[in-house]
Amino acid sequence: MPTHRATTTRSRPTAEPAHRADVKRRSFLGLLVAAPVLVTAAEIGRQTLVDSVPDASAVALPSAPQPAELYDLLDVIRDSARPTANLITVKVNKDGTVSFALPRSDNGQGIITSTQMIIAEEMNLDPDQVVVTLADARPELVFNQLTGGSSTTFSTYTPIRVAAALAQGRLLGAAANELDQDVSVLTSRQGLITGPNGRSLPFGDLTAKAAAPVTEAANVVLKQREKFTVIGKNRTKSDALAMVTGKKKFTTDLRIPDALPTVICRAPDLNGFPRSVGNLDAVRAMPGVTDVVKVGSGVAVRAKTYGQAIDAVDALEVRWAAGTVPGADDESVLRKLRAAELPLAVPKGVGTTLESDTVFYFRSNSSLETNCAIADVRANSATIWGPAKSPIAAQNDIARKLGIPQNAVTFHVMEGGGSFGRKLFYDAALEAAEVSKAMGKPVKLMWTRADDSRQGRVHPMATTRVRANVVGDAVASFEIRHTSVATETNPGLSEAITASAQKAPGGNLTVSESIWETTQVTPYNVGVSTRFLSEVDMRFNTSSMRNIYSPDVATARELMVDRIAAQMGKDPYEFRSEFTKLERWKKVVDRAAKEADWGKSMADGTAQGIGMHVEYKGVACAVVELDCRPETVNRQIRQARTGPRVTKVTYVVDVGLVINPRGVRAQMMGGINDALAMTLTSSLHLTDGHFVEASWDNYFYTRQWNTPPEMNIIVVEDSDAPEPGGVGEFGIAATCGAIACAYVRATGKTPTYFPLDHKDPLPFTPYPTSPPVPPSPTNGLETTF
Amino acid sequence: MPNHTFRLNGEPVNVDVEDDVRLLWVIRDLLGVTGPKYGCGINVCKACTSHINGKAFNPCSVPVGAIKPTDEVTTIEGLAATEAGGGLHPMQQAWIDNDVAQCGYCQPGQIMAAVAKVRQCRAEGREVDDAAIEELRNICRCGTYNRIREAIKAGAEKM
Repeated sequence: MPTHRATTTRSRPTAEPAHRADVKRRSFLGLLVAAPVLVTAAEIGRQTLVDSVPDASAVALPSAPQPAELYDLLDVIRDSARPTANLITVKVNKDGTVSFALPRSDNGQGIITSTQMIIAEEMNLDPDQVVVTLADARPELVFNQLTGGSSTTFSTYTPIRVAAALAQGRLLGAAANELDQDVSVLTSRQGLITGPNGRSLPFGDLTAKAAAPVTEAANVVLKQREKFTVIGKNRTKSDALAMVTGKKKFTTDLRIPDALPTVICRAPDLNGFPRSVGNLDAVRAMPGVTDVVKVGSGVAVRAKTYGQAIDAVDALEVRWAAGTVPGADDESVLRKLRAAELPLAVPKGVGTTLESDTVFYFRSNSSLETNCAIADVRANSATIWGPAKSPIAAQNDIARKLGIPQNAVTFHVMEGGGSFGRKLFYDAALEAAEVSKAMGKPVKLMWTRADDSRQGRVHPMATTRVRANVVGDAVASFEIRHTSVATETNPGLSEAITASAQKAPGGNLTVSESIWETTQVTPYNVGVSTRFLSEVDMRFNTSSMRNIYSPDVATARELMVDRIAAQMGKDPYEFRSEFTKLERWKKVVDRAAKEADWGKSMADGTAQGIGMHVEYKGVACAVVELDCRPETVNRQIRQARTGPRVTKVTYVVDVGLVINPRGVRAQMMGGINDALAMTLTSSLHLTDGHFVEASWDNYFYTRQWNTPPEMNIIVVEDSDAPEPGGVGEFGIAATCGAIACAYVRATGKTPTYFPLDHKDPLPFTPYPTSPPVPPSPTNGLETTF
Repeated sequence: MPNHTFRLNGEPVNVDVEDDVRLLWVIRDLLGVTGPKYGCGINVCKACTSHINGKAFNPCSVPVGAIKPTDEVTTIEGLAATEAGGGLHPMQQAWIDNDVAQCGYCQPGQIMAAVAKVRQCRAEGREVDDAAIEELRNICRCGTYNRIREAIKAGAEKM
């Protein structure tokens, strides 16, 4: 069996400088669309700056390249869009603004702002002059209206630029005619094209003249990266003012005529459903209530206010059928996982064998805005408003449920109040359509917090086992077996992935195997390196929670890396720096250690920890400082988890070309705070067929008293990568690994499960499951400050 | 049906609704003022934080019948007008300067809580420091806490 020394680490012989040079010369194909004003278009996914699948034969690495290094989830999502013949368009309006309907979903990740920046760059505008809206569901885009896997900017960057550059070129041409000047002497700034004589024309006056009489293809050369003035500069989110003044409208803020508040009474058991209702008439007569109907998932109540709908829900006497996991608890699920675990292939005893076995409990991806949607279902049509990351699939499912054609369903994609993988699904939209049809009235359906927490989708429970064989100063093998309750992939994502995943080395995979294979990289030279996933269908409501498998796998992997380092007598940072596979990755590890002052003196009971992660065409390294001293761990805060506290995080991330550094840092900050929750405080407890946690005083997402007082996020600005990678989920995995490693270094104890406090006594009395919604208190005037 | 009168964002309002309906739903569903958000309904997430007579409170946990005609309720929509000189409240400006908001759903409540916390610290002669900020219980599921800290400190300097 071959073993490999760290000194064989080398950089992959990429030709990235040449790629950049190619960018300058290469032209792209766009379309001029026949219209009264200037409309240009490009195909999403058709063009990229570089071939995203490097030539594997050019690389000789001690550990063979893993599929995700060559062809990752971002490539899958982008390539699934390639055959889509339809277009995204940039339109120059007569008022001089430029508009673009983004076929993606913004739930706070800032893609509206970054898209404004990309268009502004190519057209020499101020980003405020670009109006970006979220497109309604457009079924003709097939796989091209999917927001997930941190893929948005990666897959839209070039096509948007092509359309914008084409528009800029046409406007310059029209101005040259009007001004009787050569194009080469014109300048375009902030929507004004100026000739050498100082005479200038605004875009608004030029758009009709620049418009194409017939649709035709046209070549265009993109702006050189060296001339960028917008991309790469910090930019505040375009809706910042609306957000701080309360003007930003979320779905339940909309006033759609007659769409009254609607809440569903749900079963005590996970996925239980109603058999019969004993007191329908009495509840229909309650104050404010307009309608009560039994539907598939429960009993729906429509009322003048949500408060009255909730009171009615709690008053319903429903006979429930058992749920999908009657009687199940954490331990019974764990037994099923154990039974499904795959064997490790490399036998023990090749050198020193190190093994680990870690359990990761259920976690909730409930966002602060609960599942919600407005539906107005008529005889032969339906209009839906709601946040949705896969609106085409939603439109299709709703049409099927209502028995009407897909094009009779209009789906308005709303900005969401957070997603974290939740809004890949459209549970509320489907329910709202069903309820609106049953009631014959428009409804504004909202899940209560208790529903969102107990019945909503979860990050599945899983085990991760790692075995490494260490021979002297080398690692002979490093094997990962991840066994998980099945992660449900929604129709939009799964169809996109299965359409493309056969392109990945190894090909022909199922959906979850595809996601696994295209996201998981063990970023070290560790000899025989294998990573396998097995999933058990436990009929839970799961979804791809932010960063999917990686937070758990990275935790287990980085813990093992520290043990290997210790076995070799090496420092955890030095091991990573020596053994990481690529020079680009090593640079990030070294920078993190330097910025964090790795190895500095730390008080007893506190420690630094380091973790790295490779995904989304990028690399990240976290160094955390963790305080596990009794006075910190045992501090008392009402209705809260305290425990070990992360006091400082240094996070270095190379995500390739950066559009908006401020936006990237924001995503990293959110990911870091997620990692604290995933590792230390946040989990769901399954008991007797339901989840215990019903609200934020039960489910302990990171709060002000948990968040690190010091956070230093460094975004690499001189990345070798020519294109933007993925950002939205990239703060989590490396931080999880670093926190876990810091805990071991601070306490000498290696955890066997996460989050660390999962088996501690619950610091709350669980809310009853029936009635389903905890009643609102009445003493709010006693807690003012 | 009982009739309720109070002041909302500087204007008198009048609404017919049962006494026990919580003020949050009266404000949002009946009066159409949607800045305060629902996040839990049981006074733990603090997304609906608004002010009553200048103090932070959570209307999800106050029956409308408990509100007096003289009570002045201020939501995020009315915050700016509580400052002399027009324009944004300094805390709102600090939020923009620090680009705090991510999805924005919790942020009206965060800002209203921050303003009240600064006033409380001033009244008690305390610093607006990390310890004071850690008394805030508002959840941000996007994890913007560190920017919130910076914005509160910056906003406090201008208050």
